[in-house]
Amino acid sequence: MWKNHAKFERHSLLLVIGILIVVSIGGMVEIAPLFYLESTIEEVKGIRPYTPLEQAGRDIYVREGCYVCHSQMIRPLRDEVERYGHYSLAAESMYDHPFQWGSKRTGPDLARVGEKYSDAWQVAHLKAPRSLVPESVMPPYAFLADKELRTDDAMDKIKALTRLGTPYTQAMIDNANADLAAQADPVSSGGTALKRRYGAKVAQRDFDGDPSRVTEMDALVAYLQMLGGLVDFSTYKAETGENRR
Amino acid sequence: MAATETQTSGPRPDILVTIGLLLAGLIGAVLATARSADPLFQFHGYIFMLAFAAALGVLVLGLGGGRVKFDSSRYEDGVIRAGVIASMFWAVVGLLVGVVIAAQLTWPNLFYFPDYGWLNFGRLRPVHTSGVIFAFGGNVLITTSFYVVQRTCKARLAGGIAPWFVFWGYQLFIVLAATGYVTGITESREYAEPEWYVDIWLTIVWVAYLLVFLGTIWKRREPHIYVANWFYLSFIVTIAMLHIVNNLSLPINLLSTKSYSLFTGVQDALTQWWYAHNAVGFFLTTGFLAIMYYFVPKRAEKPVYSYRLSIVHFWSLIFIYIWAGPHHLHYTALPQWTQTLGMTFSVMLWMPSWGGMINGLMTISGAWDKLRTDPVLRMLVVSIAFYGMSTFEGPLMSIRTVNGLSHYTDWGIGHVHSGALGWVGFVSFGALYCLTPWLWKRTRLYSNALVEWHFWIATLGLLLYICAMWVSGIMEGLMWREYTKEGFLAHTFVESVSAKHMLYAIRTLGGVFYLSGALIMAYNLWRTARGDVRANEPSLPEIAPATALAAAE
Repeated sequence: MWKNHAKFERHSLLLVIGILIVVSIGGMVEIAPLFYLESTIEEVKGIRPYTPLEQAGRDIYVREGCYVCHSQMIRPLRDEVERYGHYSLAAESMYDHPFQWGSKRTGPDLARVGEKYSDAWQVAHLKAPRSLVPESVMPPYAFLADKELRTDDAMDKIKALTRLGTPYTQAMIDNANADLAAQADPVSSGGTALKRRYGAKVAQRDFDGDPSRVTEMDALVAYLQMLGGLVDFSTYKAETGENRR
Repeated sequence: MAATETQTSGPRPDILVTIGLLLAGLIGAVLATARSADPLFQFHGYIFMLAFAAALGVLVLGLGGGRVKFDSSRYEDGVIRAGVIASMFWAVVGLLVGVVIAAQLTWPNLFYFPDYGWLNFGRLRPVHTSGVIFAFGGNVLITTSFYVVQRTCKARLAGGIAPWFVFWGYQLFIVLAATGYVTGITESREYAEPEWYVDIWLTIVWVAYLLVFLGTIWKRREPHIYVANWFYLSFIVTIAMLHIVNNLSLPINLLSTKSYSLFTGVQDALTQWWYAHNAVGFFLTTGFLAIMYYFVPKRAEKPVYSYRLSIVHFWSLIFIYIWAGPHHLHYTALPQWTQTLGMTFSVMLWMPSWGGMINGLMTISGAWDKLRTDPVLRMLVVSIAFYGMSTFEGPLMSIRTVNGLSHYTDWGIGHVHSGALGWVGFVSFGALYCLTPWLWKRTRLYSNALVEWHFWIATLGLLLYICAMWVSGIMEGLMWREYTKEGFLAHTFVESVSAKHMLYAIRTLGGVFYLSGALIMAYNLWRTARGDVRANEPSLPEIAPATALAAAE
């Protein structure tokens, strides 16, 4: 038996092919079925694609590396459900490019942080975390409030996400910039159209408290305030067969 | 080696091809930078331009001055010397950033600067992780693999100038990655953060690396491929597969840094952790096991303990490792069958890991007395001990109920560092201590006493580090789930943060110790390369470099 191994030791291509076969199996068995097993993602009401402003905020969340300290994945454990809210569903990250489940809680979980605090609290906390939570070790993000949000790529982003399978409509793509501006301006007339496209629950506010312009702070707070609030848990039956996995 | 000097007179084809590719790259970079509206994309465009222009300048000047010479009858050691220097340089940089971010979490008021957002923890942490894993670890792997494959195949590196392209191309990848993180260019995929165009660049470099490595094996004058090369090969091939699949993404336009991952949510999460766990498995394990399989027998002057164990170790390790990713996603929205499968294979992984540890440790049989006198061999042996320890701890933490406590806490950080500082760090240091006198043709290291200092200060530092993280991780895990008698959660989240303050200070101190050890090492290697010998030091019997196939079997 051991002599047969000499074939691999004498033929490098055989060795390479052997390695490739052996290391492919695990991934194919574990990952591939997730794409076609229907039970992987629950059927729930309320999940919608991100608005252009929320997506821009999400991109800032990614850019600043928030995921290295904050998870967005509440586990079905008693203490987590009581501390953070209903455990996270797969459906809640079905439009997340990329996922932000995280792997470390140097800070608390953020999966359901939306509307837990006021916009003003979020802005003050982001600017100087220790002014509100003295023991915090979070970095300060005051510069977000001084930086105007880049919007020239808003439509490109929505287009790219559509190409990847997010169900944006043509109207959503065409009005990406208008929707972005409208969401950060509470008196904008574009709000009606925004809510018609993304749902009545979309928050249309001046998130950073600076009505003169749309900053990166606006976008990030808009994103944080919608986290975890989409699913209507009054209609979600966690105990039914298809949802018990 | 036959002394047939073969100095080609005309420009060699590999150099002409390289110049052509560099020119094309330079023109492409200029055009892309000029047409882009994204300032960050332009910034990286300038780095590309600078790198291509510098490489072109060096090549053209070198050709003109007749300084680009190849002696195909000798081993290509120049690129390996460069690799030793780069490895040491990035070790210091990566560890230093680690100390800085540890200090930020300990004393946030001192180490955060509200006006300099790019120095925030979220941006520097990937600089640390990529710095130590890919910049330090990657350079050690490329460097040692180039050394080992030549010696065990008795052949010069294939591809003429290609090994230099691999070396400098990889350094460019590191610079692009690190400057990207601090300026906010990231895909947020842990240990695979660089954006799409940097991923493409790394793919090009990596394919060249694979071809150089395989090409050298094809030229070999030994009938068998030595076991270390199996491990190197599995590392190179599998990392290519992982890198390409995990980084599949769509740029929002071709002149922008921003891209979106191909997959979403659940599928994206498992793809990422399939990648990340096997970055541990195939970058930080099989690659460094290859180092173990060459440098431990060499330094101990003993053959590898068991050839059959090597075979079992190799195939079972690479087969089982790839399944282990889902243990990073216990109790998440990932389907439970996948979690269970991942946990099962993670527990099984304990066996091949310890098989490898036994194969390494038993190689020292009959040479244990050298541990007293040779601090370099001691470093190699301690690294194997830490490999054994963290590959026991890993399967333990992959059990779902244990993971329920350990996940999201500092226990994970402690586990990673016992593997990274103890195993990867020490086995790399051992290899670099062996390589430096061999490559610069010195009879011995500048100072063995300084190696002793390095060994003890680094050991103390890493013990402080991992013990602090074990305590803080288990403590916070318990605090989060603690209930009062009345049935309420006993602690707010921030109470667990403030409870960790002292442990974070100890962790930072441990990091400072480990970094100090690396600085001592850098000084020692520099003096060794210069040919100095520290006065009044008894010399050890030194191990000669392999001029012929010398290691085990």
